[in-house]
Amino acid sequence: MLSLAAVSAGYGSFRALFDVSLDVEAGEAVGVIGPNGAGKTTMMRVISGLVPMDAGAMTFDGRSLDGLSAHRIVERGIAHVPENRRLFPRLTVEDNLRIGAFIPQARAKIAERMAWVYDLFPRLKERREQLAGTLSGGEQQMCAIGRALMSGPKLLLMDEPSAGLAPLVVQQVFDLVRRIRAEGLTVLIVEQNVQQVLEVVDRAYLLEVGRIHLAGSSAELKNNDLIRRSYMGL
Amino acid sequence: MNPPRAINPLHVAGIAALACLIALPFVTPAYFLHIVIQILLWGFIYTAWSIMGRFGFVSLGHGAFMGVGAYVPALLWNYEGVTPWLGIPAGVALSVLLAVVIGYPCFRFRVIGHYFALVTLALSEVVLRTITAARDITGGSLGMTQKLAGHSWYALQFPDKRYFYGIALVVWLGGLLVWRWVDRGIEREALEAISEDEEAAASLGIDVMREKLRVTVVSAALTSVGGSLFGQYLAYLNPETVSGIAVSLQIVFAAIAGGMYALLGPTVGAFLTIALNEGLRVWFGTNFIGAANTIYGILLILFIIFMPRGIMGVIENLRMPRRAPAPAPAE
Repeated sequence: MLSLAAVSAGYGSFRALFDVSLDVEAGEAVGVIGPNGAGKTTMMRVISGLVPMDAGAMTFDGRSLDGLSAHRIVERGIAHVPENRRLFPRLTVEDNLRIGAFIPQARAKIAERMAWVYDLFPRLKERREQLAGTLSGGEQQMCAIGRALMSGPKLLLMDEPSAGLAPLVVQQVFDLVRRIRAEGLTVLIVEQNVQQVLEVVDRAYLLEVGRIHLAGSSAELKNNDLIRRSYMGL
Repeated sequence: MNPPRAINPLHVAGIAALACLIALPFVTPAYFLHIVIQILLWGFIYTAWSIMGRFGFVSLGHGAFMGVGAYVPALLWNYEGVTPWLGIPAGVALSVLLAVVIGYPCFRFRVIGHYFALVTLALSEVVLRTITAARDITGGSLGMTQKLAGHSWYALQFPDKRYFYGIALVVWLGGLLVWRWVDRGIEREALEAISEDEEAAASLGIDVMREKLRVTVVSAALTSVGGSLFGQYLAYLNPETVSGIAVSLQIVFAAIAGGMYALLGPTVGAFLTIALNEGLRVWFGTNFIGAANTIYGILLILFIIFMPRGIMGVIENLRMPRRAPAPAPAE
């Protein structure tokens, strides 16, 4: 479904990604794990068109994504739940969701999708009139995911959904990921919380200093010595 | 079939106010009418500025669009005999071009906030200097007088102020309609999203560039029309009064004071600034020249600290006490 082939990218003269190749099949949940500064967020931003690619190729559903601007990529069916959620704090929950359906093909279905998101996350319905900035961390994550779902994506990119959340809330967020998978969405998730993310994804890649170092199924990675030592503290 | 609509007291008040405005020129002395025309024309220009300003796109360059709008039809009329009916659209076209030339690179390279304000500040000064430097045709800082044609629709000149009053009223209402049009629909939410977090907005499928350019172009075009009508009304143009930093700052001050987030806020700002100006002139005569600017400065400081949403913002908060007070605009 999504395929990155030898993608390199960076900011100005600083290069953050080197020859990253990665595939996500329809219906899968795939994780990208790695330490701070490994390039995980940059990779997500490249996929969603926020950072230009310096070299390599990206395809989605067999069509090239090269050089598309961010709004075109959303129109192709890729939605991005950004790091730190990036809600619009001074707008209500409902307005945040509505903005998620900005692309033309989603506008006609706003009511239907909103009902679906509220169904998925009943808590958001209770909070619909509240300003997004006043939500708790877990609720904000829900709102950010809901906002991304409003565009009707086929692939959901989730950047560090557990960052900055209390352990109990982290559990809830990973439950959200399971719920989204159950809706038939394909998910690409970037996480530092390796132990947790390997419980919800089928496969994962290890990204270190801008390069893919390891790839494998969740079960394989959970038993990999390097991962156990460096990332799970076992 | 539509159910019978309930009578909204606000609509009744609006219609009554409009009726008063229509009756006004027949019952007031010329001086008073002159003040009201100025309020309407400035109110229109302040509204045009606020159409983008309220989304955090603070332009200190609207004097440029006003100057272009004022000078282009006047020059075309004086030198080529072209009717302002064509000259005004020509001014709008040039203003829109300027807006795109400045706006495109700014939006492309994410020049926002203070930096955007500084770029536009430079723009308004460039236009002022250009008008002054082209003194062979514009009269430079001495200003220029339009060739008079008496009462003429073709020349858009009317010695009888009531005609300009009518034009100003229609144009001002048109400005309010454009505001409502921007407000309707999802574009407004998109602009709010952009003003809060451009990158998040882009990642949700909003074409940040297009939305920002569109609102900038609309704002510049309206400001240009306002400048044109101001020039036609006065039949005398001076670069300092229709362009440059002073005019740009006056626009920003009035919009902030009146309340740039409310439909009628900019008009209230026009009322306030013009009443202040005229009041000071009448009270102090020529004894206290420059007092208006000093008082403006003090008021601007007070407004930004204590009433960042302006007079209309305060009134709205009083009317809707249940809603949490909206936070100050982000800089």
